[in-house]
Amino acid sequence: MSLEKKYPKEVKQILAKYPPEHKRSAVMPLLYLAQREEGYVNKDAMKDIASLLDITETDVASIVGFYTLYHDKKAGKYRMQVCTDLPCALRGADEFLNNLCGNLGIKVGETTEDGLVTLEEVMCLASCDRAPMFQTQGPDGIKYHEYMTVDRTMELIEALKQTEKEAK
Amino acid sequence: MEHILLRHRDIPDFNKLNVYKKNGGFAAFKKAVTKMEPTEVTAEVTKSGLRGRGGAGFPTGMKWSFIDKTNWPHYVVANADESEPGTFKDREIMESNPFQFLEGLAIASYAVGANVAYIYLRGEFWQVAAFLDEKIAEMEEAGILGDSIFGTDYSLKIYTHLGAGAYICGEETALLESLEGKRGQPRVRPPFPPSYGLYGKPTIINNVETFTNVPPILSNGADWYKSIGTADSAGVKIFSLSGRVRKPGNYELPFGTTFRQLIYEHGMGVQDGRSVKAIMPAGASSSLIVVDDKVLDTPMDYSSVRTVGSDLGSASVIVLDDTVDIDWVINKTIHFFKHESCGKCTPCREGNYWMRNLTDRIHEGKGSGDDVKLLLNVAKQMQGKCLCALGEFSTMAVVTGIERFPQDFKKKTKA
Repeated sequence: MSLEKKYPKEVKQILAKYPPEHKRSAVMPLLYLAQREEGYVNKDAMKDIASLLDITETDVASIVGFYTLYHDKKAGKYRMQVCTDLPCALRGADEFLNNLCGNLGIKVGETTEDGLVTLEEVMCLASCDRAPMFQTQGPDGIKYHEYMTVDRTMELIEALKQTEKEAK
Repeated sequence: MEHILLRHRDIPDFNKLNVYKKNGGFAAFKKAVTKMEPTEVTAEVTKSGLRGRGGAGFPTGMKWSFIDKTNWPHYVVANADESEPGTFKDREIMESNPFQFLEGLAIASYAVGANVAYIYLRGEFWQVAAFLDEKIAEMEEAGILGDSIFGTDYSLKIYTHLGAGAYICGEETALLESLEGKRGQPRVRPPFPPSYGLYGKPTIINNVETFTNVPPILSNGADWYKSIGTADSAGVKIFSLSGRVRKPGNYELPFGTTFRQLIYEHGMGVQDGRSVKAIMPAGASSSLIVVDDKVLDTPMDYSSVRTVGSDLGSASVIVLDDTVDIDWVINKTIHFFKHESCGKCTPCREGNYWMRNLTDRIHEGKGSGDDVKLLLNVAKQMQGKCLCALGEFSTMAVVTGIERFPQDFKKKTKA
């Protein structure tokens, strides 16, 4: 189903933000919309956005490729993106990530067996005073988790698992 | 002293419209729209000495006065892409004092004759953008935004726009490209945005903190604002303090506060009672300052920080204690810039790739003294050869790290 059919209200709201002759500006918000359900943008959605904005599929793909928050491959339902940049690293982020890998039994870039969490390492998230920290990118958008410990992270993952079960 | 920008720390519920209004909120915007000519607003901001808070420190009023009045429509864009490692001030403003920021943005829009303003937020500020959308809707409902504002014929719409994880979009022309739906790669300047900006139209771009300074300037007058801070750096600044301090966080202080006051009085000193080895006053883009008593007593303003061999930038002060190895620090900063280089200019794209390889080798203890020399050489060759500041910034910590802390590299390398 096309994006416009699936999310008519959202698409209309997004397009209203920009002058009609510059509707290409809507490509980024539309990509977030396309990514909402499955966590990545598939080829059909790119085609769909291209025709909606009168640009080429290559234009759309170049945006997906350039920005780190768009994905063209499926991963875990939640991407857990840990900041290990300099300020966070000065407050223990590298050790935190290392221990978290140990606890989850996966390496950076891998996904837990149940497909719930993909662990990623990212650049500065503007939360340098509250390290260690990470964001989760999932169907409900992006959320910050600050002053984290491995224990608190495992609790968060348990809670996500619980929500999953209840949804089923 | 009461806060001028972080007023939510003094007044509870300051992010609620009625509380903000009760405490003088929107009086400045109303005064501007109903009693002042746009040029008078710009003149007052110019007189206040306010300089851009995004890092470059360009005089704000002067920037506004550059807007091309022969080409319409005009746009105003708030740079909320806050991505410099060590910077986290704009987020606190938007989360806790959103109306003062929005009011400043609205005043700026009136001053340059814009009827549409965009707030470009980094994609990670997803929740902040949703929060600002609510606040904008509340202002529209209260008649502070929209058509016929305060019964005049002035109209203004404000929209949020989320980026998607690219440091380069904090560079103003890359931000505009991104807002136009393209890859965030800087444009050749000139022309500058006040003559050729968003959609090729005259555009004023300022940092979130810059806009937040505007309402109090208009309410209390330029002379009041100028009386705070130092001669060349008027007013207050939010210093984002991070690294090895006991109490990291944002501190709103007058320009001219010393490093010692920030680190020891506000930040409660260094962790485990250690001493400060180096300071990065402008985040990952800093030249590293070798710390001694003279440095600690240096006032933090645009010109004084230069006298100790660095720049104040966005005032994101990262503190490195005496256990931190500088070869590790530049390994971290280079990994950052390698990841964030947009790829447009060859010296930055290739230079950061090779600097990353070299610093990895040195940091792993597999490098030689020649590798350090080569690293310094690559960094120096990149300088002055890129379209935007990213290429330049990526070399700062490398060059000053190697030149000012040679012992850290000697320790790590084979002869």
